[in-house]
Amino acid sequence: MKAPVLEARDLHVWFDLPDDRELHAVQGVSFGLAPGERFGLVGESGCGKTTTILGLMGLLPPTASVAGQVVLEGDNIMARGESSVAPHRWKDIAMIFQGAMNAFNPVKTIGDQIAEPMEVHGISEGDAARQRVGELLEMVGISRDRADRYPHEFSGGMRQRAAIAMALACEPKVLLADEPTTALDVMVQAQILQLLVSLTHDLGLAMVLVTHDLPLIAQVCNRAAVMYAGEIVEQGETETLYHDPGHPYTRLLFAATPDLYDESNVTSIPGGPPRLDREIIGCPFAPRCDRTFEPCPTVRPELRDLGAGHTAACHLNDPVMRAAAS
Amino acid sequence: MSTNGQVHPLLEVSDLVTRYPIPRGILGTVAGRPQQQVHAVEGISFSLNQGEMLALVGESGCGKTTTAQSVMRLVQPDSGSIRFEGSDISTLGFRELRPLRKRMQIIYQDPYESLDPRFRVRQTIEEPLVIHGVGTRSDRPHRVKEALVRAGLTPPELYIDRYPHELSGGQRQRVAIAASLVLDPKLLVADEPVSMLDVSVRAGILGLLDALRKDGMGILMITHDLSTAAHFADRIAVMYLGRIVEEGPARDVVRNPQHPYTKALISVVPKRDPRDSSEPQILKGETPNPVHIPSGCRFHPRCPLVTPECPRIDPELRTPKDGTTPDHRAACILV
Repeated sequence: MKAPVLEARDLHVWFDLPDDRELHAVQGVSFGLAPGERFGLVGESGCGKTTTILGLMGLLPPTASVAGQVVLEGDNIMARGESSVAPHRWKDIAMIFQGAMNAFNPVKTIGDQIAEPMEVHGISEGDAARQRVGELLEMVGISRDRADRYPHEFSGGMRQRAAIAMALACEPKVLLADEPTTALDVMVQAQILQLLVSLTHDLGLAMVLVTHDLPLIAQVCNRAAVMYAGEIVEQGETETLYHDPGHPYTRLLFAATPDLYDESNVTSIPGGPPRLDREIIGCPFAPRCDRTFEPCPTVRPELRDLGAGHTAACHLNDPVMRAAAS
Repeated sequence: MSTNGQVHPLLEVSDLVTRYPIPRGILGTVAGRPQQQVHAVEGISFSLNQGEMLALVGESGCGKTTTAQSVMRLVQPDSGSIRFEGSDISTLGFRELRPLRKRMQIIYQDPYESLDPRFRVRQTIEEPLVIHGVGTRSDRPHRVKEALVRAGLTPPELYIDRYPHELSGGQRQRVAIAASLVLDPKLLVADEPVSMLDVSVRAGILGLLDALRKDGMGILMITHDLSTAAHFADRIAVMYLGRIVEEGPARDVVRNPQHPYTKALISVVPKRDPRDSSEPQILKGETPNPVHIPSGCRFHPRCPLVTPECPRIDPELRTPKDGTTPDHRAACILV
């Protein structure tokens, strides 16, 4: 892999809860992103995927405590907190928020809103900014004369394109896209995905695609990480995740997802994820797993290298554990 | 089967039209501006048998939810007939509908919104019995438990005294299903029943609907998700701008789509296998506004195969020349 443009190193996030308790939302997440790579972060609600990327952007609320490193081209931008993250936000790392298309200010034109990050960062203003807004709009497939229109004059798909244009305004190196197609119709979803793929291709932009939808990751990303209960339980090439998963959760998640042509039964995963406001003992997935054995309820599995950049946190991959159990 | 021995479908919808007027406002009315309408459902027909699941599939604005609401008589159709167990219910009044409501129930997309947060599970499920005067005070607890068991919430004692906020999304949707099962309906309309739920619990809810279907219930499922429809429905009807453009056995529609819209829709469904490199056929633009419906075939402005005839001819559903089964039909002059 080329030197990563962005890396998360052992990222932890805790949220303060009332009565001095803490919720350990992200529990030691590490991954790297090569320039131009499309990386998927997949998991169910509450698994910490959104918290992880908000952490990368330094956008967590004051009730959150963060530990670990966010390394942008070799520099830990979390070293001095907000003062070291702020210069990189939007300029190097940009984000499309979940529901961004519904977050435009209704009384300002789309063009003015796209120009805003450029003005805030002193990249350009006035006519130059207007010129750039036109380019950005065309880049995402909207004609430049629509810059003077208001959000209500755009369809959902068009507003999502505008949100992408806004994220690209300062020419970032990394784009974090949080469920960018979730509220859209299938056909519009396909259009937006096609746009994101061509943008990463044309601009050499690296992208983290955050979604609960495995097939999306399978079709868009080269590599992906599966999150469960605040940690990455498996990471690798999407082909490997589908054809040779190293963690039962990944396998069961694929088995729970209906596919158009595969007529084999789809099966749900019993139970639900563990609470994150208490310490997890053993494997967090053990209570729902179909392959548990002796160590699972008591020993927490670590990510294990399975070769070719494929890692998984499951005792089944540990020959020593398996030998001891049998 | 009715009492006189005549066989008819559980639900038979013919030429259903439902439109919503767009408010003109005072100025518009004074100025005599023409009354505009949203053409939500524009003449659709389908039938549903006992023990069958029909999926109405389409993008937002295609009229699938309006169809479901019209069938349930939650909105007033403009014309057409809705025959439930053989009798036309499309013009029945509120009072006459009431006994029918027991026999046809609807569950909604969002179990976070559809349950009263101040009701315990017991109250939520008992309420329909009270409203319809079903059962006695002493046998209702038994019926409530039975409904919970049928909805897969076992043992019922574990759930019966809980509030919605103490339940997961999947459990809430099961409570909503239990509240409709308690009246022992013959028809269940499920409007996007799993789209708000996590992937790992969706299959459980869909499996439950499948089990109810096998028990003889007729299920009309509204969904935007073709993969779900392909897996669980017996038949699929694809809607576009208020019309059914293709209808047939689920397998035939998915594996041998005939209408250009269905073909495109199927091609863009993301596949689970990253090695699947089939080229998505992405249509340009978005579904037009259902106020101004295009002339002729309503799909012609976006159709990749459009012919000069298409803006003039409004095609009817018919069996394709190379169709695999006679009950697979598509509305396109090219089929």
